[in-house]
This record gives sequence, C-alpha cells and structure tokens, in this order.
Amino acid sequence: MTLLAAAETSVRLGTGEAVVFWILGPIALAGALGMVFSRNAVHSALFLVNTMLAFGVFYVVQEAPFLGAVQIIVYTGAIMILFLFVLMLVGRDSSDSVVETLRGQRVAATVLGIGFAGLVGAGIARATRDLPATGLRGTQGGRGNIPAIAELLFTRYLLAFEVTSALLITAAVGAMVLAHIEREPGTRRSQKELSRARFLTSDRPQTLPGPGVYARGNSVAAPALLPDGSITPESFATGIEPQEIDQMPRPTGREQLGSPDAALGTLDPAPGDGGPQR
Amino acid sequence: MTLTYYLVLAAILFTIGAVGVLVRRNAIVVFMCVELMLNSVNLTLVTFARATGTLDGQIMAFFVMVVAAAEVVVGLAIIMSIYRTRRSASVDDANLLKY
Repeated sequence: MTLLAAAETSVRLGTGEAVVFWILGPIALAGALGMVFSRNAVHSALFLVNTMLAFGVFYVVQEAPFLGAVQIIVYTGAIMILFLFVLMLVGRDSSDSVVETLRGQRVAATVLGIGFAGLVGAGIARATRDLPATGLRGTQGGRGNIPAIAELLFTRYLLAFEVTSALLITAAVGAMVLAHIEREPGTRRSQKELSRARFLTSDRPQTLPGPGVYARGNSVAAPALLPDGSITPESFATGIEPQEIDQMPRPTGREQLGSPDAALGTLDPAPGDGGPQR
Repeated sequence: MTLTYYLVLAAILFTIGAVGVLVRRNAIVVFMCVELMLNSVNLTLVTFARATGTLDGQIMAFFVMVVAAAEVVVGLAIIMSIYRTRRSASVDDANLLKY
C-alpha cells in the first residue's frame, strides 16, 4: 500500500540536480573520450579516474550516498591505483602501436560505436520518456540509505553476500599465485660470484662514474666533468636523449673559468711564445 | 530534466567503453575500457532503482562493484604474468594459440 502511494507521488528532479548533471555529464564524457583517445596509458588511467569521480557524484545525487562513497573509495581509490601500479611495473612506454592489425578495424569500430550509441540512446530515450522518478523515500522509510541497504543486504541478499566473500578470497589467492615468481633455492648467485663474473666478462669492471654534482643542480641528468673540463659520456643517466643533455644548463662558473688548463694559462700557447712545455 | 538523461549518458559511456575495447591494443587500456562499461551499467542500475523506488538496483550495483574489484585484481595479475613471459602488454602479441 505504501509502495503504491509512493509510486503515485513522483519526485520532481530539482534545478540543482540539473546543474550537477550538465556540469558533470560533459566532464564524464570528456574523461571517457580522453581515455580511449590518449596514446599514453597513464593519461588514460587519469582520464578514467575523472569519469569515475563524476559517477560517484551522480550516485550521491541519485539518492545512493553509500554507493557514491564506495565508488570513490573502491574505484578511484583502490582499483585505479592498482591500474597505475601495474602500468608502472609493466612500463609506461609499452603503449599502443599505431599499426592496425586488421585493415579498417578502427573505422569499423567507430561506425559500429556511433550506430550502437544512436540506437540504444534513441531507444532508451523513447522508452523512458515519461519514466516517473519514484524516489527512495517510501522504501527507506526515514531510515536513511545505509540502514536500508544493510537490512536488504543481510536478509534477502545474505547468500549472495556470503558468496562474495568466497569470491574475494579466491581473487586474492589467485592474484598472489599469478604474480608470484618461484625461485629455486640456491639459484640466486652470491655477491662473490657476481663480482667474479663481472671482472671476467666485462671490459669495465669498476662502477660507472656518477652524475655531476654542482651548486645549481645534482640531477642524474647532469653530466660529470673530467679534469680537463670535458663531459664524461659514461656519467649520463641511461634513458636520457643526448640532445636533452645538450639543452641542460652547464654550471656557469665552470664555463667562465674554462678548463683548468685555461685558468692556469697552460693551454694553447700563443704562437712564438714558446709557452711551458707540456 | 528527467531520469532519461542519466540513462542516455550511461548508454553513451558504455558505447565509448565498447569502442575502446575494440580499438585499443594495450591490454591494460582495454581493461580500463571494460571498467568504464561496468561503471556505466552501474549508473543505469542506480537510476532505475530510483525510478522504481526499490533498493534492489543499488544492491545489484554494489555486487557489480565487488565482482569488478575481484576481476581487476585477477586480470591485472594475468596481464603481468603475460608481460613477464612475452615482454609485451599488447593484445596482438599474445597469439600463441592462433595457428
């Protein structure tokens, strides 16, 4: 009886909700499009975080504050961080290749997507044009959202809830089994063996020179200088382009000074001067 | 402003996720697109829960979230182990069963 009464008193959707929708809807849409179109996988993940935060606000607006909080905590807080962790483990540069494996697949997928969105969107828009928003006030009965969900979860959906625990523990064990690397005991080489192998096989047994440490910068990209003022090529950090190193600021004091030879007047003796013997 | 707007937005986002699954090659990005599809279905469930005035849709969305969390954990572990053996996270490179 109360349900019927609630169904007849349809809730009007207020202006505030419209404002929230028209601000966050385009943001969610832009996040989704950015996720699909950005080449960098980390950018994709951040765009998806954007969309998911907007979804969390939508849930809160739609009388589901519990789901909104769960969305923000679980999705953007846990799942997306997991995604970013795996991206960092796998390597950020393992991004998409531009080469199409199947010819015309992208065009076909885009056409399919536009057609699907048009069909489903138009169908939903026609079918639910006068869908009344009954609202949850009648169902919750003044208890609030979380007690109402808890009551339903621990009575009618208790079995599903218990099965969920089995699912979660299976997923955790499965992830540990899949991500674990089994090493035979004794296969790991000791420091002595590693050192001997390095001396026997490498033409450079000592460590590489470290980066330069200057008053203006101590980044790994700053090259170290040799005693004559030239750059030590081996001190470059790996993964840095040589042209980037050219653009990096050299320590200015050293530039004015020139090389130590120039400072001491022992470099490039003037013609006829004789100069000190080197 | 009716509830139809939410449903249409969810449909559009679902389609974007589906197109992303078809178009992208990086397995992790494909996985993110699947997450987007799950999320838009959740939005539909929450909207219909509000429309019908029952909480079952919200409960279902909650269970979808739980299953999605478990799925992400296992799926990312699988992607990592594939990456370890094949040194690539591209879905095109996992083709041992092709011929």
